[in-house]
Amino acid sequence: MATIPVEQIVSPKKAGLKLWNSPWLNRKFVIGAILILLAVLVEIVGPLFWDVSMANTASAPLNLPPVWARDTPGFGFGEASAAHPLGTESNGRDMLALLIVATPRSLRVGVIAAGIGMLVGILLGFTAGYYGGWIDTVVRILSDAFITIPALAVLIVISAFVRQVTTENMALLLALFAWPGPTRLIRAQVLSMREQGYVQMARLSGASAPAIMFKEMLPNLLPYLAASFTGNVSLRILEAASLEALGLGPTRVPTLGTTIFYAIRGAAILRGMWWWWGFPIIMLTIIFVGLFFMTIGLDEIANPRLRGAKSQ
Amino acid sequence: MIDTRKTPEKVQLKGRQNNQNNVVLEVKELCVHYATPSGAVIAVNNASFEVYPGELVGLVGESGCGKTSVAMALLRLVQPPGRIVSGQILIGGIDMVGLSDKELRQVRWRELALIPQGAMNSLNPVMRIKDQIADGIETHEGKQPRAELKERILKLLRMVGLPGRVYNMYPHELSGGMKQRVCIAMAIALNPALIIADEPTSALDVIVQRVVAQTLLEVKNQLGVSMIMIGHDMGLLAQLVDRIIVMYAGNIVEIAPVKEIFAEPLHPYTQLLISSIPSVKERKPLVLSEGVTHDLRNPPPGCIFQLRCPYVMDVCRQVVPPLRELRPNHFVACHLYE
Amino acid sequence: MGGLSRGYLLRRLGMFFLTVWLGSTIIFIIPRLAPGDPITAMVSRMSAQAGSVANSDQIIEAWRARFGLDAPMHIQYFRYLRNLLTFNLGYSLAFFPAEVEVLVGRSLPWTLGLLGLATVISFIAGNAVGALLAWRRTPGLARLLLPLTLTFTAIPPFMLGILLIYFLAFGLDWLPFAGAYGRGMQPGMNLEFILSVIEHGTLPALAIVVTTMGFWALGMRGMMITTDGEDYMILAQAKGLRPGRIFWLYGVRNSILPQVTALALSLGGIAGGTIIVEYIFTYPGMGYLLYQGIINTDYTLIQGIVFMLIVGVSVAVLILDLLYPLIDPRITYETR
Repeated sequence: MATIPVEQIVSPKKAGLKLWNSPWLNRKFVIGAILILLAVLVEIVGPLFWDVSMANTASAPLNLPPVWARDTPGFGFGEASAAHPLGTESNGRDMLALLIVATPRSLRVGVIAAGIGMLVGILLGFTAGYYGGWIDTVVRILSDAFITIPALAVLIVISAFVRQVTTENMALLLALFAWPGPTRLIRAQVLSMREQGYVQMARLSGASAPAIMFKEMLPNLLPYLAASFTGNVSLRILEAASLEALGLGPTRVPTLGTTIFYAIRGAAILRGMWWWWGFPIIMLTIIFVGLFFMTIGLDEIANPRLRGAKSQ
Repeated sequence: MIDTRKTPEKVQLKGRQNNQNNVVLEVKELCVHYATPSGAVIAVNNASFEVYPGELVGLVGESGCGKTSVAMALLRLVQPPGRIVSGQILIGGIDMVGLSDKELRQVRWRELALIPQGAMNSLNPVMRIKDQIADGIETHEGKQPRAELKERILKLLRMVGLPGRVYNMYPHELSGGMKQRVCIAMAIALNPALIIADEPTSALDVIVQRVVAQTLLEVKNQLGVSMIMIGHDMGLLAQLVDRIIVMYAGNIVEIAPVKEIFAEPLHPYTQLLISSIPSVKERKPLVLSEGVTHDLRNPPPGCIFQLRCPYVMDVCRQVVPPLRELRPNHFVACHLYE
Repeated sequence: MGGLSRGYLLRRLGMFFLTVWLGSTIIFIIPRLAPGDPITAMVSRMSAQAGSVANSDQIIEAWRARFGLDAPMHIQYFRYLRNLLTFNLGYSLAFFPAEVEVLVGRSLPWTLGLLGLATVISFIAGNAVGALLAWRRTPGLARLLLPLTLTFTAIPPFMLGILLIYFLAFGLDWLPFAGAYGRGMQPGMNLEFILSVIEHGTLPALAIVVTTMGFWALGMRGMMITTDGEDYMILAQAKGLRPGRIFWLYGVRNSILPQVTALALSLGGIAGGTIIVEYIFTYPGMGYLLYQGIINTDYTLIQGIVFMLIVGVSVAVLILDLLYPLIDPRITYETR
């Protein structure tokens, strides 16, 4: 009575771009996306309402606490004023302007670095997974080695010698360690997909390798790639912020991490100037938490078994 | 023979010997439903049957007809979103459906064992074979002296035709057929009254199939255990079992001893199944069944087979045919015989 | 059956040496691609501080020879590699004549302690939380732990460190926020010293543990759910085994395997996070030493520390790799 179920050989339903279907409206993903959107809005809307030139040094009175913290304990602060609602720091920068200018930089560096990493990962991962053989061995060994090497330590060495002055340069540097993760992931997925029915069929019908890779396999990988991308962006932003906090970031332009660096150098913690390092931390937290939720959400979209598995 | 149990009986079992009706298993009007966002799928609909001591019963039907659901239900292993909605499952006089988790754990394996489908994944990959057989024994009989336990396990392995070195091995070191036989050894370890073998040979190649099937028969003959063997290959089952239960879309449509069911299949579905068994001796025309299979969430009123039955009548579309004993020991649910 | 095979051992060792060599080469090459040279930079910095230095050209030449920076690149490279093999990390430029190995040797135990302890605690606690979350019997209150730890995972350890310093140390004065032990204390095996170490190490360790726990918890929970769907779980239940046994021997025992693999992969990242945490807390480990190297543009010190970090992480990964076949009997038979 058994018949060969024809559905097995035809390509499985592509995890497609039909955005209004329920899988993509995963709650965690949406929450994360909203948070990131907030951060992006800061960049777009901010300059319209606020004078961003106040992010430069000596554009405002020093050491003003935020407008609601009138009685701040600490040493020698000026009067809080509505002209600087989030306060100012010891170099004369207005915190609100600083946030508006610095936030997009953090996002940008992460996206660019992760983007490069993803491209390299797709290239290497597909090649290694599909063709196997010595290419696979080389790629695997290299990516494993790069994952083991403590990325931040090496980045610190490089940054200490070759100063990164622009965000784009820093992104390029971070890309050095952004590729092993996606490469491993894609390679693993390609390895398992290679043996599946629809790929064999495509091969038999004479499709060329790149065609198979991009038309058959890639669309099914989209949720995984998306999850890998957001996770990657998060890690790159973390590395960038860490380097900047150590003082190795771009010196001419304000970033969230370098603000923290100046704050530490200016003993802001001990002086009670919590707004100096506090607001950058809040902004970074929004970005990290947002990306984190997006990643988990995408993970659940990619792997339905994790969905709704709240308690067994 | 295998040792008898040593732990105190917390659940009062009437035991096989004291059985008045001489029945090992009695299933009465079992219903299993699976909840889905668009309605409940009726996987098993009012199934009723009995299994007698020492017999091998085959449960046959196409994929998705509910046979595995029946097997899982007997052990109360139906995984959510499925659940047993109603019915009784009486083993040794105890109704499995009403038992608490703790009582369930005591009854399982001692009275009722499982040889799972796909033994490939049914063995814990990080435990040695000896430990996996041992933990079933020790959970129910308490800690055993090392030497005796080892002897016992080796004897079990011998009974299923496995060499002694399997004792220390890990599952990944064994072939598919060997793993399946380990599962058989585990199932007989406590000498249960009933063993459910869920498609024990489906994932194996033909030669190994034969070996495993023979092992099962051996075991049945030596231990006198009853077995329910689930499968979709009627031809294979026919060589092994004493009686056959035919299921279609969650309903039992025919029950009969194996020779009778082949000599005189009464239900149209059974006839369809038998006629599609390829024969070495004669050339049979390929029979393609006409008609649609229904949506399992919305079964049609009346007979479950109406959409595919070549002999469908008006009454079939309205009234559910009851399972009646038409000939001695031969039950069928069909309006053709009303 | 479940142990080391020679091929596996050789492969892992090969990987170890390759990783260390690759890392060392990167930190050798890239700085030398930069324009300018460290000695000139340092002398010009010194002359900026102390007024002009007489005979600066000769001094620069002499120091260059001293540090071997006058030889062609490939000679320098081979000398470098040979030195690394004996852990001869050279002299610190800023703390001359202090040797880099000595400086590193002093700070290494602190980093090992902090990093090691924090990683172990985080791994065990995180996996425990994850496993408990997948168990039916866990009370609802404990279930709140997951979203809580998860939120903290999103933020980097050093940021949590800053917050901890501000609220607990500065604000509430519960715990110290700098150094590894009290000022003026002599290191020794006495109770007072040990307690002080623990006291000082609490906040940095807390920062690392709280921010990395959630990762393990999430992964373990996912793995337990996946494992729960496996066929051997169904058979285990059919056998009537006790739920506790099923949870530990069938569930956790299988779920922990990919977690150990993930641990090996994440050590590099955790090491990086620890560096910054030490910097924030002025904890006298390698991270803080690295920071001092940075502000003094002490190239040899920076190089030496990062080399040690690469070696350290690689050794830890090697150990994990070698221990893995002991817990997963399937591994020896993989032909790669």
